[in-house]
Amino acid sequence: MRTLTSLFCCLWLLTTAAVAEPLPGEIEATEITAPVEITTEVLLQQLTEAKLKDTQDILEQLEAKAGEQLLPLFRSLLNGNLYYVKESAQVVIVNDDDSLLDALTGNAMAAVPSSELKKIRVNNTLRSYLRGAIARIQLTATNPERRLQAVRSLLSELDAPTVELIANLRQQETDADVQSIMDLALALDVVRTQTDTASRLSAIQIMQDSLESEVRIVLNQAVTDSDKQVQAAAKKALAAIEQRVEMFAFIDQLFFGLSLGSVLLLAAIGLAITFGVMGVINMAHGEMIMLGAYTTYVVQLLMPELIDYSLWVAIPLAFIVSGSVGMLIQRFVIRYLHGRPLETLLATFGISLVLQQLVRTIFSPLNRQVATPEWMSGSLEINPVLSLTLNRLYILAFALLVFFALQLILKKTNLGLNVRAVSQNRDMAKAMGIRTDWVDALTFGLGSGIAGIAGVALSQLTNVGPNLGQAYIIDSFMVVVFGGVGNLLGTLVAAFSLGIANKFLEPVTGAVLASILVLVFIILFIQKRPKGLFPQKGRAAE
Amino acid sequence: MKIKQLAKGVALAAGASVISFSVMAADTIKVGVLHSLSGTMAISETTLKDTVLMMVEAQNKKGGLLGKQLEAVVVDPASNWPLFAEKTRELLTKDKVDVIFGCWTSVSRKSVLPVIEELNGLLFYPVQYEGEESSKNVFYTGAAPNQQAIPAVDYLMNDLGVERWVLAGTDYVYPRTTNKILEAYLKAKGVAEADIMINYTPFGHSDWQSIVSEIKKFGSAGKKTAVVSTINGDANVPFYKELGNQGVSSEDIPVVAFSVGEEELSGIDTKPLVGHLAAWNYFQSVETPANAEFITQWKAFTKNPARVTNDPMEATFIGFNMWVNAVKQAGTTSVDAVEQAMIGQTTPNLTGGMAVMNKNHHLSKPVLIGEIQEDGQFEVVWETDGVVPGDAWSDFLPGSKDLISDWTAPVKCGNYNTKTKTCSGQNY
Amino acid sequence: MNLIEKIFSIGREQPGSSTMPFVVILGALCILASAANLLVPVDSPLHVSTYTITLLGKYLCYAMLALAVDIIWGYCGILSLGHGAFFALGGYAMGMYLMRQIGDRGVYGNPELPDFMVFLNWTELPWYWQGMDQFWFAMLMVLLIPGLLAFVFGWLAFRSRVTGVYLSIMTQAMTYALMLAFFRNEMGFGGNNGLTDFKDLMGFDLQSDTTRVVLFLTTALMLGLIFILSKLILRSRFGKVIVAIRDGESRARFIGYHTERYKVWLFVYSAMIAAVAGALYVPQVGIINPGEFSPLNSIEVVVWVAVGGRGTLIGAVIGALLVNYAKTRFTAIMPEGWLFALGALFVLVTLFLPKGLVGLFSRRPGKAKPITAEPAKEERA
Repeated sequence: MRTLTSLFCCLWLLTTAAVAEPLPGEIEATEITAPVEITTEVLLQQLTEAKLKDTQDILEQLEAKAGEQLLPLFRSLLNGNLYYVKESAQVVIVNDDDSLLDALTGNAMAAVPSSELKKIRVNNTLRSYLRGAIARIQLTATNPERRLQAVRSLLSELDAPTVELIANLRQQETDADVQSIMDLALALDVVRTQTDTASRLSAIQIMQDSLESEVRIVLNQAVTDSDKQVQAAAKKALAAIEQRVEMFAFIDQLFFGLSLGSVLLLAAIGLAITFGVMGVINMAHGEMIMLGAYTTYVVQLLMPELIDYSLWVAIPLAFIVSGSVGMLIQRFVIRYLHGRPLETLLATFGISLVLQQLVRTIFSPLNRQVATPEWMSGSLEINPVLSLTLNRLYILAFALLVFFALQLILKKTNLGLNVRAVSQNRDMAKAMGIRTDWVDALTFGLGSGIAGIAGVALSQLTNVGPNLGQAYIIDSFMVVVFGGVGNLLGTLVAAFSLGIANKFLEPVTGAVLASILVLVFIILFIQKRPKGLFPQKGRAAE
Repeated sequence: MKIKQLAKGVALAAGASVISFSVMAADTIKVGVLHSLSGTMAISETTLKDTVLMMVEAQNKKGGLLGKQLEAVVVDPASNWPLFAEKTRELLTKDKVDVIFGCWTSVSRKSVLPVIEELNGLLFYPVQYEGEESSKNVFYTGAAPNQQAIPAVDYLMNDLGVERWVLAGTDYVYPRTTNKILEAYLKAKGVAEADIMINYTPFGHSDWQSIVSEIKKFGSAGKKTAVVSTINGDANVPFYKELGNQGVSSEDIPVVAFSVGEEELSGIDTKPLVGHLAAWNYFQSVETPANAEFITQWKAFTKNPARVTNDPMEATFIGFNMWVNAVKQAGTTSVDAVEQAMIGQTTPNLTGGMAVMNKNHHLSKPVLIGEIQEDGQFEVVWETDGVVPGDAWSDFLPGSKDLISDWTAPVKCGNYNTKTKTCSGQNY
Repeated sequence: MNLIEKIFSIGREQPGSSTMPFVVILGALCILASAANLLVPVDSPLHVSTYTITLLGKYLCYAMLALAVDIIWGYCGILSLGHGAFFALGGYAMGMYLMRQIGDRGVYGNPELPDFMVFLNWTELPWYWQGMDQFWFAMLMVLLIPGLLAFVFGWLAFRSRVTGVYLSIMTQAMTYALMLAFFRNEMGFGGNNGLTDFKDLMGFDLQSDTTRVVLFLTTALMLGLIFILSKLILRSRFGKVIVAIRDGESRARFIGYHTERYKVWLFVYSAMIAAVAGALYVPQVGIINPGEFSPLNSIEVVVWVAVGGRGTLIGAVIGALLVNYAKTRFTAIMPEGWLFALGALFVLVTLFLPKGLVGLFSRRPGKAKPITAEPAKEERA
C-alpha cells in the first residue's frame, strides 16, 4: 500500500515539476484541495469510527489524496492530540492550551467541553506509519531544515519508490545540506542494489564521511560482498567511520560521567557546608533533598497551567522550605549536641526517619508525578551518534552555577566571612563579637536550603518518593569525605571524578559492580589519606 | 504525664483495632491476610490487602461460607522477609487461620514456604513469578513465565518482526530466571547469540544514561529491536524517561514490560511510556460485564473513584473465588480436603472465559498484551486464542525440563522427575 | 527497692559482680520458657508456643548483636554503623552450611548444588562453597570471615587514625557495598532471595519443637557466656586501656600504648560476637538475605544500645530486648506509626537520656560510669 502511495506522490510530483518551475511546496494548496475536498471529509468521518486495524488503510488514502494539507492532522495524531466531537464527529486538534482547531482547515473553533471530545487512538504500527508519511510529505516542504530531517528519517526505509522520489527531488534541490543527505540516500541505495563496481565505489566514497547508522549497516553488509574491490573499500570506509564513532562514544561517556558527577555535586554540596564547614553530621540531609523535590511537586500542583515556569518558582521555594526545616533542626536539636558529633549523627538519623514517615503520611507512600517542562525534554543532537540529553545538560550547568554562587557567598559576603571565622576558631570568633549560635543556624539553613535546590533538580531525573533522600545520602557523604572535609573545591573535584570513574567502569563491569568498586576504592583511599583529596591545612585542621 | 497520655492513646488504638477484627470471634472462618502494609513493598501490597477485605465483605453479604461468617485477620510483615515467616507462624498457630492470601516478592514467598509446609497451611500467591516451584500448600494464581514472558516474545517476533533482543532486568531471581528461559527460548527459535543483549541493574537504579545509549547502539544494527523488560518498580520511570530523552521511541524500539501495570502507572508522568507494551493476564481496560462490576465494586469499597485495578488483583479475585468454591465442595475448611477440591476448580476470569486450577496448582489463564496509553490504561493489541496453562517447571531450563508437578494421585508431587521417576525434597 | 533497681544497682558497684544475677535470671527465664513449651500441654494457659520461643530466640540474637556494638561503642568510643555486615556474614556462613545439609532433598534433587544454582544453570559448586558441608568448618568460617574483615578494615583504619564520624561513615559504606555485592546473583549467594528452605542442623530437624528449644537455649547460653567473657575482658588491664582510649586517645598514645592495636583486637572481638549472633539467628528465622546488610539495620542496633544505655553491657541487652518487643507490638497495632516512634526515640534518647534507660535507674550518679564517650574536642577537619 505504501508503495502505491509513494508512486502516486511520485507521479504527481513529476507532473507538477514538468508544468511549473517554482518550489513544490507552494503549489498543491491550489491544485489539490478543490477536487478531493469531499472525499477527504468522508475519510475523516471514517477515521472517527474505525477500529485500530483499519485506521492505517484510511490514513494511507488520506495521504494519497491530500498531501501536505494533512500535516497538522498527522502530527497531532502522532502526538495524541487528535480528537473528534462526539456529536458531530468533527475531527479537531486540541492544543496544549486546550484551544481547538478544525483538523482539516486549521481554523480556530469554539471551545467544547472535554467530556464531549473523544480521542482518536493510535498504536505503534500507526505511529511508525505516521512518521514515514510525515517524512514523505515533508520531502517537499519549503523549509530546508524540514526536508533534511525528512530525508534522514527515510534513510532506514529506502524502498524503490522512495529512492525514486528522492532521486527526482534531488534534481531540483537547491540547499547544499539537503543535497548531500539526498546524495547519501541515493548512495546507500546504489551500494545495496546495484552491481556496477565503479558506481558502487563512488557511492562508498560519498558514504564514508557520514555517521548515520544506516551507513554502517550498509557498509557492514558490503564487507562480505562478493566484489573484492567493493569489499576493500567498504572495509576502509567502515574503519574510518568506526574510529570517529568511537571518539564520539568517548565524549558521550564523558558527558554521562559529568552528568552523574553534577548530580553527586548537587546532592553533596549542601552536606559539604553542614559537615565540612560546621562539622555537623546531618543524616537528615537526604530528606532535605526530598523536601525540595516534594516542593517541586506541590508547586506543579498549584500551577498546572504553567509547568514550563514551575521550576523557577520551585527553586527559591525549595530553598526556603528545606532551609527553614534545617534551621529548625539546628535550633531545636543540633544546638544541644554541640561537640558531640556521634550523638548528632544519631539524632539527625531519627529526624530523617520522622521526616520520611511524615511525607509518607501526607503525600502517600506512592511516588509522585513531577512533570518535565517542555524546554528540558529531548536532546541536543550534535551528530547522528552524539546527542546530549537536555535535562542532564541543564542540570550540569545548574550544578556549576550553584557551586560558584556558593563560593561567592562564602568568599564575598558578610555571612561567608562569619561562617569561615566560626569554622576556623569558634572561641576566637565569639570573642570578636560574632553571634556564633546564629551563624550556626544560618549556615545550617544555607546547607539545607541548597539540598532543597538539589531536590528540585533531582525531581527531573528520578522518582519523587519518600525514599528519594536515602538513595543519595551515602553517596553524598562519600563525595564530601573523598574530596576533603571543609573544602568546597574538593567536593567539586570528587563529585566529577567519581561520576566519571563510575561511568567508565560501568560498560566494563556492569552498573552494580561499578558502584561497589567505587565504594571500595573510597574506603581504601580514606584509610590511606584520612583527610581526603584536599586536606584542610593549618591550625583549624586539628 | 505526656507519656501516660501517649500510652493511653496507644492502648485505645490497639483496643480499637483488636475489636474491629474480633467482633465475630464466636464461630467464624478465618482468612489470613499477609501483605506488607509498611516498608518498600507497601505501595503494591496494600492494594491486595484491600482486595481481600473487599472480597471477604462481599462474601459475608452473600451469607458467608458453610453457614459461617468470614473473618479477615490482617498482619503486617513490613516488607521484612524473616518477618514474613514469623507472621505466617503467628497466623497459623496463634490465630489459627484457615487460609492465607499473601506475599508479593519471591523472597517473601520463599521465606514463608517452609513454615506453611511445616504447619500444613494454605497460601494463595497472586503475583506473576519466575516459576520453578510447586508446593502442596501453595496455589499460584499469578502468571508463570510461560503465561507472560513467552507469549510476549511470540507477539514481538511474529507480529512486530523483532529480530534483536535486549533482555533488561533488575538483578534478582524473577528477572534472572525469566531471562534464562527467554534466552533458551529465543535460541531455540534460531536467534543468534549476538542478537541477544542481557543487562542487569540494581534495585532502584536511576542513572540509565549508559544503558539506554547501549540499547540505542544495539538497536541501530538494521534489525528490528525490542526490549524485554523485567525492570522492577522504582527503576522504571527513570528508565522510560531516559529512553524518551535520548530519542528512542516506542516504534523504533518497543519495550515490553512484565512489572508495569495500572497501579504502577497511576502515580507517574506517563508521557515517556506511551506506546510501550506490557504483558499481563488482565487489564482494567478490558470491557466485560464482570470486569465493569469488579471495577465499580472496587471504587465503591475504596471510596475513591480514581482507583485503578490491576492483574494481581484479578489473581486475588480468582484465588478467593476458587477457594470459596472449593470449601463449599469439600464442605470443610480442612486444608487437605480443600487442597484436593481446588484442583479442577473453575471460575470466570474478569476478562472473559474461565480460569482453571490445574494439577500443578497453577492456573490456566488468557494472556493479553497492551500498549500503554496516556491515561495510564492499556489498549489491548493482542491476546492468546484461548487460555494458557501455567507451567510450574520451565521446559527451557536444563535443570527443570524433566520435572513436572502433579498433585493428584498417584504422583502427588510438586517436582516429579519424569526421567528418574522420583520426587525429591518434600517435607511431608 | 524493687527487683529491677536491685539488678541495676548491683551492676553499678563493681564491674564484674553484677554479671551473676543477670546471667542467672536470664538462664532461669530461658529454661522456664523452654520447659513451658515442651512439657506443658498445648491447651494449658501456661504453655509457651513455639512461635513465642522462636520470637524470643530472635530477640536474644539481637541482644547479642547489641552487646557487640556496645563493646566497641560504649567502651571504646568507636561508633560502628556497619555491624550488621558482620552479623549477616556470620549468618551467611551458617546459611551455607544449612544449604549444604539439604543435600539431594532440594526440589531439583541435585546432591551437590543448592536449588538456586541449579536453576541459574550453574554446573559446579563455586570454590568458596567447598567444605561448608562440614559443621566444624562452617563454624570456623562464621568466626573467621567476619573476624578477618574486621581485622583488615580495623587495621587499615585505626593505623591511619581514621576516627570518629569518618570511621562511622566508612563502616556504613562497607556494609552498603557488601549489600550491593550480595544482591548480585553472580556472587553465588542466592541474590535477593538469599538462602532459605533449610531442612536440618547437625542431623536434627529444624522444624521440630525440640530443635527449636535447643537452639533457643543455645542462644541464651552463648549470650550468657559472651556476657561473662566480655565482662572479664573489660575488667582486665586490656579493658582499662580500652576505656582510657575512649576517654582520651591521644593521651593513651602518648603514655606509650599502641592504641591502634588495642582497637583492632577489640573490633575483631566485637565483629566475631556479631557473627555468632548472626549464625544463631539464621536457623531460627529460617532465612538469610542481603537485606540484613542494609545500613538502616546497623543503625537500628545502635539505637537499641543507646536506649538501653551504652557503656554498660546489661544496658545493651535490655535495650535490644525492649526496643524489639516494642517493635513487634507497635507494628502489629499501627504499622504506620512505628517509624515515627523509632525516629522520636532516636532524638529523645540522644537529647534527654544520654545514659539510656539504665542511667535512669542508677541511683548514685557519682558512681556511675562516665558516659561521655567522645572527648570534648572531637577531631575534625
